[in-house]
Amino acid sequence: MSSQANVTQYQIKSEPFYQAQGKEIELYQAAYTARLPVMIKGPTGCGKSRFVEHMAWKLGKPLITVACNEDMTASDLVGRYLLDANGTRWLDGPLTTAARIGAICYLDEIVEARQDTTVVIHPLTDHRRTLPLDKKGELIEAHPDFQLVISYNPGYQSLMKDLKQSTKQRFTAFEFDYPEAELEAGIVARETGMDVELAAKLVKIGTTARNLKGHGLDEGISTRLLVYAATLIKGGVAPGDACRMALVRPITDDADIRDTLDHAIDAVFA
Amino acid sequence: MAEAHTEYQHPLMKAYQEQLNCGFEQVAPIFEDCMAEALSVLSKEGIDAYLEQARFLCKMGRGVEPVLIFLEEWPSIASTLGESALPSLIAFIRSMWKSPNGKAIVPFLQSLAAVARRLPSQEQMQDYMGLAHDFMERTTGSVHGIHTTFASPGLPEFYKQAPFLLGQMPLHGVKNWVDYGIRNYGDHPERQKDYFSLQSADSRAVMQRERHGTLLVDHERKLDLYLRGLWRQSDHFIPYSLNFDELRKPIPYYDKLGIRLPDVYDDVILPSPSGRGVGGEGISGGGHGETGANIISGLDRYRAALAHIVGHKRWTTAIFADNFSPFQRMAIEFFEDTRVEALAMREYPGLRRIFLGLHPKPAEDACDPETVSCLRHRLAMLSRALLDPEHGYRDEQLNDFVRRFHETLQQGESSTEEIAALAISYVAKTRRQSDQFSKVHFDNTEIDYRDDNRHMWRFHEQSDDEEMFDDHRKIELEEEELKGLPPRHYPEWDYTSQTYRPDWVSVYEALHPKGDGAFIDKLLAKNAALAKHLKRMLDLLKPQDKIRIRYQEEGSELDLDVALRSLIDFKGGATPDPRINMSHKTNGRDIAVMLLLDLSESLNEKAAGSGQTILELSQEAVSLLAWAIDKLGDPFAIGGFHSNTRHDVRYLHVKGYSEHWNDEVKGRLAAMKAQFSTRMGAAMRHAAHYLEHQQADKKLMLILTDGEPSDVDAKDGRLLIEDAARAVKELDTKGIYTYCINLDPKADEYVSDIFGKQYTVIDNIQRLPERLPELFMALTK
Repeated sequence: MSSQANVTQYQIKSEPFYQAQGKEIELYQAAYTARLPVMIKGPTGCGKSRFVEHMAWKLGKPLITVACNEDMTASDLVGRYLLDANGTRWLDGPLTTAARIGAICYLDEIVEARQDTTVVIHPLTDHRRTLPLDKKGELIEAHPDFQLVISYNPGYQSLMKDLKQSTKQRFTAFEFDYPEAELEAGIVARETGMDVELAAKLVKIGTTARNLKGHGLDEGISTRLLVYAATLIKGGVAPGDACRMALVRPITDDADIRDTLDHAIDAVFA
Repeated sequence: MAEAHTEYQHPLMKAYQEQLNCGFEQVAPIFEDCMAEALSVLSKEGIDAYLEQARFLCKMGRGVEPVLIFLEEWPSIASTLGESALPSLIAFIRSMWKSPNGKAIVPFLQSLAAVARRLPSQEQMQDYMGLAHDFMERTTGSVHGIHTTFASPGLPEFYKQAPFLLGQMPLHGVKNWVDYGIRNYGDHPERQKDYFSLQSADSRAVMQRERHGTLLVDHERKLDLYLRGLWRQSDHFIPYSLNFDELRKPIPYYDKLGIRLPDVYDDVILPSPSGRGVGGEGISGGGHGETGANIISGLDRYRAALAHIVGHKRWTTAIFADNFSPFQRMAIEFFEDTRVEALAMREYPGLRRIFLGLHPKPAEDACDPETVSCLRHRLAMLSRALLDPEHGYRDEQLNDFVRRFHETLQQGESSTEEIAALAISYVAKTRRQSDQFSKVHFDNTEIDYRDDNRHMWRFHEQSDDEEMFDDHRKIELEEEELKGLPPRHYPEWDYTSQTYRPDWVSVYEALHPKGDGAFIDKLLAKNAALAKHLKRMLDLLKPQDKIRIRYQEEGSELDLDVALRSLIDFKGGATPDPRINMSHKTNGRDIAVMLLLDLSESLNEKAAGSGQTILELSQEAVSLLAWAIDKLGDPFAIGGFHSNTRHDVRYLHVKGYSEHWNDEVKGRLAAMKAQFSTRMGAAMRHAAHYLEHQQADKKLMLILTDGEPSDVDAKDGRLLIEDAARAVKELDTKGIYTYCINLDPKADEYVSDIFGKQYTVIDNIQRLPERLPELFMALTK
């Protein structure tokens, strides 16, 4: 197949920075050795995707990432017929490609996809390790290197946005959270080249917002946003303005919360 | 006459006294003093006018008091307002004198000097008198509308309160407050007096609403978020009022019930970068022009108080008080307060600006240790110096202790005990004989954001009193409170002034009494044919999980039929249709419904052309609707309401969201009874507080009523209609869609004023059982 030629485009070229919080790197390696499917839970922007990228680089395997959304259907994962001048032509979906070339297939925010869609991954995640393409009448045996990784954010607290038990029980799982304050300051500093003391102040504001989760905020300020703020500050923006722009305005429209966080910024950057 | 200004002699005084020509003997003893003051501030014309008007007051037949007060007060008023204010003032007094309100002249004059200090310009004074004049005209009673014969009951009270009111509210706020009082108590002399003497509850509530400053109630959520976000704490806020306790101002404190904070804080304006003037409490009305760093906003004052209290909660451990003298305890409190603030500032450096802005900065030489006790002053200076690196105090011991304090804190958080030891050595080092004096230097030493530190002390002995009956009393109180559901209070919209009447209506919620549930089943059986028809409609409404959308250029899947057709076109040389994909859409139904039933007396009437009462027909209709909604699976609740004055609005719970459509609910529906009146707005607000907490995309409130909103205590028919209209708007902002089903054939006159276009009038009430469920389905299709 032609997809074989494209393997290199899925390779991670340089090492993505990832700061381990615990034993997750060793545990993931163990899971990969046994080719067990992995599920990563955690709030948005805490480093789930970065972790997967890092592991793919470490293991030297290609990585195919699919960002799931509500409109995604099974054929978006598996593949579909397209029209061309000679009639119809089959095009592999990302999941099929990964199974063929032996990549790590990473389904990001899987709960966003509808439940009937997620069921197509079932045969790949148990002892069968196969993917039936019923429209095409083909049964794909997964490549020995193929592994499935999914991630989702359990924080939504919605009845509609949860995984089926039958899906959940096919995975081993990691639970991620925002790193400890010191560690997080280190990450922000490492990522942007900012000094650790200033980074610690950003983390403090982040913690403030995380404390408000469930009281008007669905999610706290993520590490990713902290990095954004730090980038702005590095670029010469005043810390207060950078924080308001990168940390507060994106996450809330609620005037009370905005004022509280603005006050926190003033209190931290005095 | 120029020498008259500098020297006054008996003959000249005599001449003035003759010019005054007032026979009251009480005038003579004060005359010379008043005259001396008048001569120093008034011009010659001013003196003449002063004496002339005093003579008028003397002769107008209202006793000696007006002239005495005028003689004493005018010179000082004239120095703030200017002499030229006199004619309008006298004109106003004359108008009072000609009306039956002569008695109000004395309180008016008495409060005038204080009012003038609050309103230091003639224009404002003119506005004030205009307001008072308006007040007088509107509340002076008349018989048959011809002669004004009864004095205004509220006017004297108003004058007595005026200085206080103007201290709390800007002039337009006072005007609104007066308007409210006249409108609601204009025809009730006793209540009017209560209102204007600030005795009644709503008088205070309206004042609270109009006053300047930052109200705790408006910012509770922000402060709660502040506590949670920055300090990981949460607690109840319990407001106390600073307005009505003149002797001893309460200060913040906390206990196991919650954090007590003042109900309002005014912004504090810092005079200049170099410290802060005496007494930061309160600002004058015109102080809003300044901006930026010179203002500590009311909200920041709350935050400072909270940060201080949280600091105590976090870092203070209670210590035994019995072994310390009162002075030692005071010093320990000052040191400990400063310690927790220093630790809080370590966490959030931005607090320093707020703390320093609010902390007084006593001048080093403000207190004379020879005559007064200076301990407080010393401690306040020390406290300032501990917080403020640029304190600039030169006292050696003070600086020494500041250094020791910082050294202690450098090693970590220190502790209450350690800091107490430091405080005690400070007291010992700086003790003076004069500390025992009863006269204490208080000026500029009060730190109003700090709490009273009651949590800091433990006592070996509980009390010196032998009998401690406080404890027993508390237990009794708690037992009483447990009985019955407490009423909820809702505001009511007053369209004449475009304001809310705060906490105006009391809504009592109770479970609807239970009847025989089989009755409802019988009603349903009777309407079996109709039910069948409804069922067919329901099936159409039921959510179909997936809908296929064909003919899409971009879609999730190839629609083979269309694709083949396009291909044939393509091969045949025609332009193919590119819309060959299809996609899916889920069609979910996510509606929460609240059915609100008017259960007022008028429902007992027979429906036109039918043997049944409106109530019975409503019962049938509601049963069918409930059955239908239950079949659909939408969450729904049913409530009924009627009212008997604003103090007694009943909300009867028939079905809650968590209850099923079962015999219990049917029983309550069967027992439905109609009585009293229709105060719709309050009932809607109450029902909304259940509906708004439902998690659904769409929230629908159906109101089934047979007439316009009315109540026995609402004389103005528009009032409750406008209030209901307001309630509809409020609900709209909460994302609740209101819809009215009105059974009153004459409803067109008012129903659109309330519900806009969201209503249906059902003329043929007999068809209600059929129309109601149909309407619902049409609404939610």
